[in-house]
Amino acid sequence: MPIVAALAIAGPLSIGVALAFGSVSLPFTEWLHALAGQGSDTAREIVWGLRAPRALAGFAVGALLALAGALLQVLLRNPLADPYILGVSGGAAVGALAAMLAGLAGAMIHACAFAGACIAATALFAFSMRFTGWNIHRVLLAGGGIAAGAGAAVSLILTLAPAGQVHGMLFWLMGDLSGAENPLAGWIALAVVLAVALGLARQLDGLALGPLKAQSLGIAVGRSQALAFLAATGATVAAVMLAGSVGFVGLVVPHLLRLAGFTGHRMLLPLAALAGGTLVVVADTLARAIAAPLEFPVGALTALIGVPVLLFLLARLR
Amino acid sequence: MTLATRGLALTVPGRTLVKELELSLTPGECWALLGRNGAGKSSLLLALAGLARPASGAVLLDERPLDGQSRREVARRIGILLQHDAEEFWGSVLDFVLLGRLPHGTGLLGADPEGIARARAAIDAVDLLDHADQPYRTLSGGERQRARIAQLLVQSPDYLLLDEPLSHLDLKHQLELMQLLSGLARAGRTVLMALHEPLWAARFCDTALLMYDSGACRHGAVHDVLNQDNLETLYHCRLEAVADSGAPLYFPVPS
Repeated sequence: MPIVAALAIAGPLSIGVALAFGSVSLPFTEWLHALAGQGSDTAREIVWGLRAPRALAGFAVGALLALAGALLQVLLRNPLADPYILGVSGGAAVGALAAMLAGLAGAMIHACAFAGACIAATALFAFSMRFTGWNIHRVLLAGGGIAAGAGAAVSLILTLAPAGQVHGMLFWLMGDLSGAENPLAGWIALAVVLAVALGLARQLDGLALGPLKAQSLGIAVGRSQALAFLAATGATVAAVMLAGSVGFVGLVVPHLLRLAGFTGHRMLLPLAALAGGTLVVVADTLARAIAAPLEFPVGALTALIGVPVLLFLLARLR
Repeated sequence: MTLATRGLALTVPGRTLVKELELSLTPGECWALLGRNGAGKSSLLLALAGLARPASGAVLLDERPLDGQSRREVARRIGILLQHDAEEFWGSVLDFVLLGRLPHGTGLLGADPEGIARARAAIDAVDLLDHADQPYRTLSGGERQRARIAQLLVQSPDYLLLDEPLSHLDLKHQLELMQLLSGLARAGRTVLMALHEPLWAARFCDTALLMYDSGACRHGAVHDVLNQDNLETLYHCRLEAVADSGAPLYFPVPS
């Protein structure tokens, strides 16, 4: 319970900190006024127009990735599963980078990323469900193949891109929240995915024992797996659309919580959303603030924060 | 109340495991399922639990085909101990055993107090109470097997199908488990277990089903079916009978 309480405090606190710190340093009283909707236009614009949407988008991205990771690790019964294992984010990356290479910008990059993700997801579902319903090995192989193909396409695009475009492409690939101006879509996706995932919590507990045992315990395995895969894919697509490929969160946050003793999915899933969201918000605040006005890609920071925590918990594992 | 097969046939690519099996399991019976490796014991148990589709014929639960019944309803009536399970489970032994309550539904935020009480009783019944709050992954192979049996006990089905329940268990726990299972049968449950040791079948079961490599099956009271001729034909090896106060013991003789 102390961990639940700590996370419940850390989530809102991380957003508060994200509103307080950035490349521009605001005096505390000016910041408080801006927070209350008073003070100068500039301060209000910095707090509510720039930092707040970015912090909220970051939270949604982290929560979506952690949920996708938690779902996929159970479904694929593979502790190394993360939201990017199925190649859907690879498809989005190809779409986004191809759009940048073609000189498109803004919403068109998002649209192309979404199209790429949809093509990859359709290919994944078509190949992995083709013959005998769900087969975890087929899903992994198809996902691995799509991810490898997308990786090759990304390399080609990076090779062909003019030097001036490569920086933006690399930021997209490493995860970057600077373009996340509207967090609403991310929060809607988060609400839907969390609702679906919590509805599947009991089934996921059973699926951890393997599909045959789960079926013997009365779980509709095929339907539960399909719903959970759709939720994980939707979460990944929504997160990638907002921030590119933020790594590490989906892989490690669920493991951190399992190591802390949360194994039942009724608790694990909401806590993963909370912890994942908090981690990305903290990482993005650091990415913006530690070397301002220079910004780091948030994906690098999530790994730098999370890896020591993971290694510490692993060292304590009995 | 019966769990029955009608003209059941089970196949794997290139081989028929079971031909035209007519079987009827009723409350209070304790069955042993014997056969060589690959004879189809696990396949038959899976088919009886509704987890594998027969090549032909049907499995009937209370005269109704298993196929048409809801998965959850079937899980309340039929439970199975699989030969292999997930090796990795992150929670405690209690968490693991509580998953047996899934077919009975649990509260929104976790297991109900009754479920926890039942789980603790089941853990006690398999002599694991000292390990109840220990992480499942820290258990030995035999302890894991006992935890898996406790999970089945918590599921509390009318029909308990067990695939090699004695594997990994030491002699004391083999004996205790056979006493527990035969006791459940005497209390009105139906037990069917795949065993490799005819001795346990002779001592604790009342009916035996022998599965031959040809796909033929033979079943009857253990004192009729478990004789030297049948067992030598079943296992393809010569046996030596040693007189015992109860049923004779059979030992393989080197050829």
